[in-house]
Amino acid sequence: MSTVATSQIKLTPERHRASVRSRLQDALPKIVLAPSFAITIVFVYGFILWTIYLSFTNSKTFPSYVITGSRAYQRLWGWTFDTDPPSSWYTSITNMGIFGFLYIAICLALGLFLAILLDQKIRGEGVLRPIYLYPMALSFIVTGVAWKWFLDPGLGLEQTLHQWGWTSFHFDWIKNKDFVIYTVVIAGVWQASGFIMAMFLAGLRGIDGEIMKAAQIDGATTFQLYRRIVIPLLRPIFLSAFIVLAHLAIKSYDLVVALTSGGPGGSAWLPSNFMYEYTFKRNEMAVGSASAVIMLMTIVAIIVPYLYSELREKPR
Amino acid sequence: MSAVTTPARQASGGVNVKIINRIVIYGLLALFALFYLMPLFVMLVTSFKTMDEIQNGNMLAPPRVPTFDPWVKAWGETCVGLTCAGIKGYFWNSIKMVVPAVLISTMLGALNGYVLTKWRFRGATLVFGLMLFACFIPFQSVLLPMATILGSLGRFGVTLQNSVGTSFGLGNPTVNLVFVHVVYGIGFTTLFFRNYYEAFPTELVKAAQVDGASFFQIFRRIMLPNSMPIFVVTVIYQFTNIWNDFLFASAYAGTGDAMPMTVALNNVVNTSTGVVEYNVNMAAAMIAALPTLLIYVLAGRYFVRGLMAGAVKG
Repeated sequence: MSTVATSQIKLTPERHRASVRSRLQDALPKIVLAPSFAITIVFVYGFILWTIYLSFTNSKTFPSYVITGSRAYQRLWGWTFDTDPPSSWYTSITNMGIFGFLYIAICLALGLFLAILLDQKIRGEGVLRPIYLYPMALSFIVTGVAWKWFLDPGLGLEQTLHQWGWTSFHFDWIKNKDFVIYTVVIAGVWQASGFIMAMFLAGLRGIDGEIMKAAQIDGATTFQLYRRIVIPLLRPIFLSAFIVLAHLAIKSYDLVVALTSGGPGGSAWLPSNFMYEYTFKRNEMAVGSASAVIMLMTIVAIIVPYLYSELREKPR
Repeated sequence: MSAVTTPARQASGGVNVKIINRIVIYGLLALFALFYLMPLFVMLVTSFKTMDEIQNGNMLAPPRVPTFDPWVKAWGETCVGLTCAGIKGYFWNSIKMVVPAVLISTMLGALNGYVLTKWRFRGATLVFGLMLFACFIPFQSVLLPMATILGSLGRFGVTLQNSVGTSFGLGNPTVNLVFVHVVYGIGFTTLFFRNYYEAFPTELVKAAQVDGASFFQIFRRIMLPNSMPIFVVTVIYQFTNIWNDFLFASAYAGTGDAMPMTVALNNVVNTSTGVVEYNVNMAAAMIAALPTLLIYVLAGRYFVRGLMAGAVKG
């Protein structure tokens, strides 16, 4: 399509008169795009470089622009092995690992499972789908209020089950520094799994019915049908869903704030919370910037190959 | 028929297995529906209860005597930090921030998408790729420089205020947030419009060009009238994202009267003086949720489409 579009511009008669006016006309599309592009270059890429620069200074409360070397990274590196007592950074990256893995895995599994169930010619699908999906429309600052309450041992689930007679029931993860990150997983899965379900459902609806029929005629059981034929066909959806979930996981910030306020002693922190706290509250700007750079690099490692292949595959 | 139950042969299983399968499927679906609805349900019922009923009753029970007082209090009286004038001011702050930010970013996205698909030039894919990647960056990596720049602009605004008499909005937290959301939103809006216009017949544009229509004439007369669906998607997506934003809001308008709704709500909930009024908290949360919830109920289809466009690109 690109060749078509450029050649058509060249065909227009005005092109031959190289007057200022027509040259301006030719440049107009680029002039229109320029502000947005410039904004992106300055405020995204320029700012990223700025953050990288700051991470090599000794900025504390205010930015300092004297390069002092990789001290911030060395400190983060040192903290990575500070396990007794765990440093905030160690806690943050360990939590990222636990949260990232469980969040992505459970969302994918649950999303696929629900999509397959919903794809069984269900009456009332039109009612169920929006119910599964609405959490994505709400801010976690909002639903965190309810989750916090629900998970609170003195008020929520534990209390309710005690009232119903199950007095030995014990569920205090949200107050427990070793388990608080799992409550973040529960709430995160609750928020995103419906959307992943919608992605898989769209994928399932796109599969050619003839293939399914042929397999059934060949005597494949339903389980075999999904295991051998449907799930392999959904591979592109798995990839897209993984990309979406991975970058949501790394960006997760308000989830932790709303649900746990950081957890007991910062035990629920993710790197995003670490960055915010160190930069704006603990006056360790260089360390905060270094942690932001590490977050960014993680995203780059995941997203750039994906975008490259997406934009490459279909040259239009 | 289902993937959950044991892979029973249809021939040997017969009607009974089929019925059991259906019951299991519907049962599971209903169970998950409860899981997803539970927080909203708890929020809703609690916001209509008295504190007395909350302390002595069951959290899942509907209110015995529904009361609107928590809603009234949340809207007009509850304390956000030290000021006790309810959340209504912050609600309007959010509206004042969201509306211009959505309109500007959507318009820019439409123009960008138009240029990137119908007026392609060398390097257009690179330009698009660079703008697209901006959608995925963790905003922590730009948070601090932006704070520095906004701070400088604010000081410049004060100077202008003193010398010329107006700051031109420089340093105003709402203006700042509109700017920030436009800057970090155009990646998404450009993506939406670019994907939509990609499928739009180029022949129409070509024909109009032959007839001598200018760049903007084509955009106004041909592209815009055919863009309604993607406008709806983009506006809903942007509205939801910007309304729900917490990171930028707390970094650039985290204190004072200009706080957006999300920050104010977080403050209400975490104010630890005196007895925690759960019913008022829940009512405040419901009020904060209403705009996006309303949009979702009215136009959920488009919302989903927007999310999908953000996920499955081309």
